[in-house]
Amino acid sequence: MTELCDLTASALAGMLRAGETSSAEITASCIGRIDAVDGSVAAFLTRTDDLARGQAGRADERLAAGGSPAVCGIPLALKDVLAARGVRATCGSRILETYVPPYDCTAWARLSAAGSVLLGKTNCDEFAMGSSNENSAFGPVHNPWDLGTVPGGSSGGSAAAVAAGEAVWALGTDTGGSVRQPASLCGVVGLKPTYGLISRYGLIAFASSLDTVGTFTRSVRDAASLLSVLAGRDRMDATSLGEQPRDYAAALEGDVRGLRVGVVLEAFGEGVQPGVKASVQGAIDALAALGCEIGEASLPHTDYALSAYYLIAPSEASSNLARYDGVRYGLRVEGGDSVEMMARTRGAGFGPEVKRRIMLGTYALSAGYYEAYYGQAQKVRTLIIRDYERAFAGFDLLVSPTSPTTAFRIGERADDPLAMYLSDVFTIPANLAGTPAISIPSGLDEAGLPVGVQLTAPILGEPLLLRVAHALEGALAFDARPRLLEG
Amino acid sequence: MPVEIDIEHVARLARLDLTDEEKERLKAQLGLILEHAAKVGEVATADVEPTASAIPRVNVLRPDEPTPSIATDEALSNAPEAEDGRFRVPRIVEVE
Repeated sequence: MTELCDLTASALAGMLRAGETSSAEITASCIGRIDAVDGSVAAFLTRTDDLARGQAGRADERLAAGGSPAVCGIPLALKDVLAARGVRATCGSRILETYVPPYDCTAWARLSAAGSVLLGKTNCDEFAMGSSNENSAFGPVHNPWDLGTVPGGSSGGSAAAVAAGEAVWALGTDTGGSVRQPASLCGVVGLKPTYGLISRYGLIAFASSLDTVGTFTRSVRDAASLLSVLAGRDRMDATSLGEQPRDYAAALEGDVRGLRVGVVLEAFGEGVQPGVKASVQGAIDALAALGCEIGEASLPHTDYALSAYYLIAPSEASSNLARYDGVRYGLRVEGGDSVEMMARTRGAGFGPEVKRRIMLGTYALSAGYYEAYYGQAQKVRTLIIRDYERAFAGFDLLVSPTSPTTAFRIGERADDPLAMYLSDVFTIPANLAGTPAISIPSGLDEAGLPVGVQLTAPILGEPLLLRVAHALEGALAFDARPRLLEG
Repeated sequence: MPVEIDIEHVARLARLDLTDEEKERLKAQLGLILEHAAKVGEVATADVEPTASAIPRVNVLRPDEPTPSIATDEALSNAPEAEDGRFRVPRIVEVE
């Protein structure tokens, strides 16, 4: 049965303005769904039911007064690496298990000012490091399409919450695919905007030159609606871009006829499941039927992107995570002196994947190895950017699978870090190059699990990216629902 | 070939206490990951400039005007140990 919590934000916004429902009702519907399914999905680490009810009441007053923003009164979930003042932010880590941020991240501050309703904080891989959500210190998230499989990661809780109707939409973060890959595995829309378009202030840092805030929604229109609130310069983030506020939803309409779409050759090789290839091919055929000109594009350094990423991201992480020293916040394990206290705190507080990446990054930055690893990886990053420049000289947009596979079984790749890292092979290049990319559902594989198709645009090409994604979404008319919600 | 790593040295640099079992496992895993990552050396030739950020920004400035900041008690609210408005830490320097 479809309830309020299963609708798109744009449908709900229309109903709110027509007086057909209230934010209080929508919020109660989401909380009811969380009560009903989160025992099996485990998308939430912290629930803020009372906060949400209060915000919904105030949103209803604003709606009654008229002139409220489109996001007003629509319930949202935040990945637990994004700070909301007064609400615990664990980052999926023991080291921050009791941390309560005294400030809002800019993304939530803007949504909150626009009347958004916060349902809670979602589970994720520890410090956003992972592709399955199994690296959370607080247990895995279960994919609503098949509870025995992973939701993807690292923003697995946000993806699963939107797929299961526990939130109308959610924010995540994408450093190497952490929004797009779980969106793909959970059958929802995942947008990673251009690096710097959304402020990173209050996004608890993993790899600063790659981190972006992204959105999980049930439609491309909803992604455009959230982006319209989130995008723009923030003086608290020196890397945020000076884009003027705009209504990205206005960019959705319009013809896509004659646009040149390049199929990324490297993304159809071995390792891509036949069911994924077939579904994404269906999406490419749909683009052709919409009048797009389809051609073959090449990102020849795709293979090297993964290697470069797994040097650059851990290097930046090893530096960023130096702040967890048992002094200002988080866990402290006592030791004889400060250095021993720090080492014990970090040894006890970080999980295996975070330790692995801190060690990897520390090694790659250490004297004698810096040039061979980090220095060389930065050069490969230049080559990746050149790949995109060449591809976008011939094409307006690129298309590929989002992930080589659909959702895999919980535990299947847990002991093989390299196999897990391959989950992000098609999403990582966009982070290295800073380009915007979106994953939308293209269909189901033979096992009934969702497949995602990824579109990538040049830097700040969001209007075109969203327009084509919107047209493709309309053509594909994906309306399957997770088994959890059937029967 | 897997890369040989001095795990003790790297763990010391990272201020990370590891159990013997963790050291053993990390030595093997990092060796394999680095072997794979070393592929970057195959294409990163001397004539390629390194990129630190995809969208470089230089000298991002703002007016130097005092504005309210986080209050001391809020800044200390998550501290494992605080005293007299400051973070308290174990001894750093040996006293004779």
